[in-house]
Amino acid sequence: MKVLVTVKEVAEVEEDFELDGLRVADQYLDYDLNEWDEYAVEEAVQIAEESDDDVEVVAVTIGPERSEETIRMALAKGVDRAVRVWDDALDGVDLLDVGAKTRLLSAVVEEEDPDLVLTGVQANDDSFGATGVSLASAIDFEWAAVVNALDLDADGGVANVRRELEGGVEELTEVDLPAVLTIQTGINEPRYASLRGIRQAQSKEIKPLALSDLGLDAAAVESDLVLTDVYEPETESDATYFEGDAGEQAADLATVLREKGVGAQ
Amino acid sequence: MSDVLAVVEHRRGSLRDVSFELVTAGADLVGDTGGDLHLAVIGGDVDAFAEELSLAGVDAIHTVAEGDEFNHDVYVQAVAALSEELDPTYVLMGNTVNGLDYAPAVAERLDRPLVTDAIGLQNDGGLVVTREMYASKVESTVEVDADRAAVTVRPGEWDAAEEPGEPAVEAFSFDLDESRVRSRVTGFEEVGSGDVDITDADVLVSVGRGIEEEENIELVQELADALGATLSSSRPIVDNGWLPKDRQVGQSGKVVTPKFYIAIGISGAVQHVAGMKGAENIVAINTDPDAPIFDIADYGIVGDLFEVVPELIEQFE
Ligand SMILES: Cc1cc2nc3c(=O)[nH]c(=O)nc-3n(C[C@H](O)[C@H](O)[C@H](O)COP(=O)(O)OP(=O)(O)OC[C@H]3O[C@@H](n4cnc5c(N)ncnc54)[C@H](O)[C@@H]3O)c2cc1C
Repeated sequence: MKVLVTVKEVAEVEEDFELDGLRVADQYLDYDLNEWDEYAVEEAVQIAEESDDDVEVVAVTIGPERSEETIRMALAKGVDRAVRVWDDALDGVDLLDVGAKTRLLSAVVEEEDPDLVLTGVQANDDSFGATGVSLASAIDFEWAAVVNALDLDADGGVANVRRELEGGVEELTEVDLPAVLTIQTGINEPRYASLRGIRQAQSKEIKPLALSDLGLDAAAVESDLVLTDVYEPETESDATYFEGDAGEQAADLATVLREKGVGAQ
Repeated sequence: MSDVLAVVEHRRGSLRDVSFELVTAGADLVGDTGGDLHLAVIGGDVDAFAEELSLAGVDAIHTVAEGDEFNHDVYVQAVAALSEELDPTYVLMGNTVNGLDYAPAVAERLDRPLVTDAIGLQNDGGLVVTREMYASKVESTVEVDADRAAVTVRPGEWDAAEEPGEPAVEAFSFDLDESRVRSRVTGFEEVGSGDVDITDADVLVSVGRGIEEEENIELVQELADALGATLSSSRPIVDNGWLPKDRQVGQSGKVVTPKFYIAIGISGAVQHVAGMKGAENIVAINTDPDAPIFDIADYGIVGDLFEVVPELIEQFE
């Protein structure tokens, strides 16, 4: 069996930052593996560990060369090998929309022919939250979104999942395989990469693929969405701020709390 | 002219709030350029739902009597079939958990660009969507360079439509391809009702990822004790197994409305805010002055919780 996990290096914006045109200026960005993808990677590795059969776990990312550093973290946690899609045509793209990601990942699925695809529920930078389900539709796999528990019955050809709905309600669903599941945080406890894992990851393959390697051309990354403006939201805060050192701030807050009857007993 | 098809949501016999917000968002959109607002109601007691949705601004309601509860395979087929018949310029859906489970497939099948989690929509010549990036630190506008689009809207951003109207109600039927229904919802479960009910508390001291380590939760518990308050948390604390699930506030946790909600080391992600914005007084303690939580706070302390919280405990001892 083969499990494909989509992973993404996401940028996090520092507390203070400046914009540079339609982007956050580079020096204010920190890069990390997307939180939801960490759980997807862990789930895939656990499936491989718990199966009696040989299970290969392959990570796929769309990202520039820099992102290999982040992808190595997934390899260090037990992913067998990785595929990285990038192309000059992607260099100047401000916003890669869901359709474009779907076209690229569909081509990778065609190459890799996985039995199961795991993705994170959303990526914390552009927050589309749509790639997994869009991909499933494009490659004609079944799917389930926002999965917080998975019981895979590969022989029976189904995945029993829990989907976490709003308000503390969970839905129990049977999904026919092959499938794409979008993974919610909390499904497992992502492991830390061991030193041994980190060392081994150095020799694992991250295969770069250009559009032409996937039988695609620049049209595949043309997006129907155009980013037209990026700005810091106007602060709507009308909060009363307590100033001074921690002691003064705490004393002022305590006064307000007491006035309103908190902690009065 | 641009017609809009909005797909409503229901669960366990009730329409969800987002359905009425979709009516407002849809009516705004057709209001900009003219056109009709169509609603799709799929599954459950569609006639009763249609009655409830007979609101001003809605031109037609299409009922699809197919199943009791949400099934994404049915929804995708139904919305695609209805879209092919009506050819709306925009298909609007909720950016809810079920929205995440079918909207992208609808867009893919109809070969329409998809914009998710809209917090603003404008339609003058083309569609311009306002959305957030980087965990709400940055806002952006996105122009859709296509004649047709699919959009999901963030719950809670548009007012719920209330004014009654008289739309046409029509049953819509299509040939459901059973071979493409490859998932089955087998049940629902309520999670974790432990010994503490955070929805009952007058004062909640709520802890987020800023607490860093499991051991440090003790510090916040001490504050809760000193205030006679109940301890709750954001999601990462529960994901880490540091507190049980029934302490989680938010979209997938509990909705709380205490007199005081003290958010400590919580950034204020939309899914968290969805659970606590109804609190009478919101206090935020956070090192980051731009954390979104301050936008909804009544009282703010920009500071390190490891300095502020011990001082606060001292005030009440
Ligand atoms: C479908 C879905 C459902 C979700 N449901 C929920 C839900 O029900 N509830 C929920 O909470 N989340 C939910 N989330 C997750 C949500 O998106 C956020 O990831 C989460 O709320 C972040 O929690 P946080 O604020 O504790 O952590 P972070 O966003 O990491 O914020 C930590 C904050 O602590 C501050 N901080 C750090 N150190 C200190 C210090 N020493 N002193 C003071 N402040 C400090 C930082 O400045 C930061 O603002 C959901 C997500 C999805 C996709």
